[in-house]
Amino acid sequence: MLMHAPAPGPPSADKRWRIVEAAMRRNGNAGHALIETLHSVQQSFGYIDDDAMRYVAASLRLPLSKVYGVATFYHFFTLKPAGKHTCVVCMGTACYIKGAPQLLDEIRGKYAIKPGQTTEDGQLSVLQARCLGACGLAPAVVFDGQVAGRVNQEQMKTRLTELLSPKAAKA
Amino acid sequence: MTPEELGKLAAKEQKARSACKHRVNVCCAAGCASMNSDKIKDDLQSAIKEKGIADQVQVRSVGCMGLCAAGPLVSIESEGKSVMYKGVTDGDVSEVVESLEGKPIERLNLPTDMPFFARQEKIVLENCGVIDPERIEDYIAVGGYAALIKALTEMTPAGVVGEITRSGLRGRGGAGYPTGLKWGTVAKSPAREGRKYIVCNADEGDPGAFMDRSVLESDPHRVLEGMAIAAYAVGATHGFLYVRAEYPLAIKRLKRAISQAQKIGVLGANILSTTFSFNLEIRLGAGAFVCGEETALIASIEGNRGQPRPRPPYPAEFGLWGCPTLINNVETFANIAPIVDRGFRWFASIGTDKSKGTKVFALAGKIENTGLVEVPMGIKLRDIIEDIGGGIPDGGKFKAVQTGGPSGGCIPKQYMDMPIDYESVKEAGSIMGSGGMIVMDESSSMVDVAKYFMEFCKSESCGKCVPCRVGTAQMYDLLEKIHKGEGASDDLAMLESLCELVSQTSLCGLGQTAPNPVLSTLRYFRHEYLELLRDGQKELAAAGADKGKDGAV
Ligand SMILES: Cc1cc2nc3c(=O)[nH]c(=O)nc-3n(C[C@H](O)[C@H](O)[C@H](O)COP(=O)(O)O)c2cc1C
Ligand code: FES
Repeated sequence: MLMHAPAPGPPSADKRWRIVEAAMRRNGNAGHALIETLHSVQQSFGYIDDDAMRYVAASLRLPLSKVYGVATFYHFFTLKPAGKHTCVVCMGTACYIKGAPQLLDEIRGKYAIKPGQTTEDGQLSVLQARCLGACGLAPAVVFDGQVAGRVNQEQMKTRLTELLSPKAAKA
Repeated sequence: MTPEELGKLAAKEQKARSACKHRVNVCCAAGCASMNSDKIKDDLQSAIKEKGIADQVQVRSVGCMGLCAAGPLVSIESEGKSVMYKGVTDGDVSEVVESLEGKPIERLNLPTDMPFFARQEKIVLENCGVIDPERIEDYIAVGGYAALIKALTEMTPAGVVGEITRSGLRGRGGAGYPTGLKWGTVAKSPAREGRKYIVCNADEGDPGAFMDRSVLESDPHRVLEGMAIAAYAVGATHGFLYVRAEYPLAIKRLKRAISQAQKIGVLGANILSTTFSFNLEIRLGAGAFVCGEETALIASIEGNRGQPRPRPPYPAEFGLWGCPTLINNVETFANIAPIVDRGFRWFASIGTDKSKGTKVFALAGKIENTGLVEVPMGIKLRDIIEDIGGGIPDGGKFKAVQTGGPSGGCIPKQYMDMPIDYESVKEAGSIMGSGGMIVMDESSSMVDVAKYFMEFCKSESCGKCVPCRVGTAQMYDLLEKIHKGEGASDDLAMLESLCELVSQTSLCGLGQTAPNPVLSTLRYFRHEYLELLRDGQKELAAAGADKGKDGAV
């Protein structure tokens, strides 16, 4: 059995690291808890940066290459911070044939961003989902975590304007 | 808890129920919840309190009632009578409360004898929309965990496997492998270091499919009970539920259900005071379609990239950490308790010769009644689309229905009278799949649909084997070229030969089935490809001659 140096502490004093530590401890700091751990990083910080990956690798005693490999393999994980507001457009089959591509066009036309991108001012990120499981409400869009069904281009425009208006931002 | 105590709990719950004069159920599953049904439930509750009839009326949030298109849905049971209301808004709350003692509200009434409800046959979904998924007592009151008691106290493990085998149940995750046969293999495989595992595949990756989600959100205990019975039957003590991270509500309800089940002792050590123990953990997916494939799913639970490996050895013999592992789909597990409870003969009497029981379908796309339906195997496609589904909206005409997601195909209208079972759907060039049915009308371009699925497979390919990684990218490029009107007949020929190559040489099911959407649209809608080719006129003219023959449009 190899002797290991004690695991390093978290990258910063940020309290959110405690949640990540707890997730690792719950799984006995075992390597197979890698995905669970990355979920807790993303949930706490919104994304997974290099420091986080180094810390997780050292704590679970895994090569950094493996952590990076797993973090980039799964679509759910993101290595970049998202914008202040997010808009997830479902591009599952039901939504696709009911006009989801036109909704993305609408966003591209107005904000000049494609799925996976964030506006320059960091206010809005647009993402696409595979299927939200709300196919009965196609096309479905998630505005800041709130699912909206049967969204048309007009509604898309108003919802986004509301989302980005200073009043909505304050609330 | 002992079986007797569980029985007492059920009796107590039932008594409390019948003491209420009216029971108001508000659908709080994903579809209706996105139309603020939670708030409607709260409003109803306060209005009832205000009226001072809170002791006679029980208001509960329940799971999916099926007809998501007409949400938010509210159902009311009063002394044997029941009404259902559709599209209930904040403004309707006081009227609904008034109507409890009076006449039903005509304007909101959703007739429960309409074909959408009347033609369904519910086994898997029987508790969905009826019980509160966040209360184990509700599940117990409708007979929940009785099958587990029966298995543990009256049946041997081999007896349970035999029961499932004779019921004729086949896997609902797509391929339709006989469930009893799989259980038998795991039961016979020697445990490794004392370990065998049960895994529930709740990755539900097919876009356009939301059956598993609804079951997990509306009746989570049903799945847990099925898994516990499976564990007893095959000799496992530990299980995992692999749920996609995109389903936060399902995850929340499952977590709650597991802790409730542990608390009353139907999960954990010495279940129901017997020697049988079974522990269950949740593992989250992370947005990779390929992780629905069983060997990739195992890799993912072990904390690795979700890359499949060649089979055999099958997970039944060599699965999680090398131990024998039983992997079944959510809907498969949801069928187990009723079979054990009511016996294999009952189950085998439903459906067709080779496909027993029912199947849950998610109806979506260009169809009037989008939502979730459960129908007996062998029902005609026409009955699902026209009768239950209510046909195509906006005066559109049916063109095809897509089943099986990216591994399936499009079934055109000449198969409307085909019975829906594993074999017939396969013959028509698609697969039963997990149950997504996406209806397309004349406005959908089939080349576009094929391109859509190829884009999906291309970006979901795990990259491990070359035919799938490179082949799907090449096929996508060809489809895009054709779709743009820049293709020629040799591009189409190349596409067809790639279809064959990729399906024959890929490592796992993803690559092997990726060409299916192309093959099936080529089979029935070849003329749509030809029309887009720069030099397709000649073949088109030739094809035009036998157009009438196979009924192609
Ligand atoms: C690419 C691919 C994706 C799959 N996705 C799923 C899925 O999302 N859910 C599922 O239950 N089975 C899925 N399967 C099938 C599983 O590999 C496996 O056959 C199934 O879970 C077995 O359960 P069953 O016998 O109860 O159907 C998929 C297979 C492939 C090849
Ligand atoms: S296809 Fe969009 S929610 Fe399913």
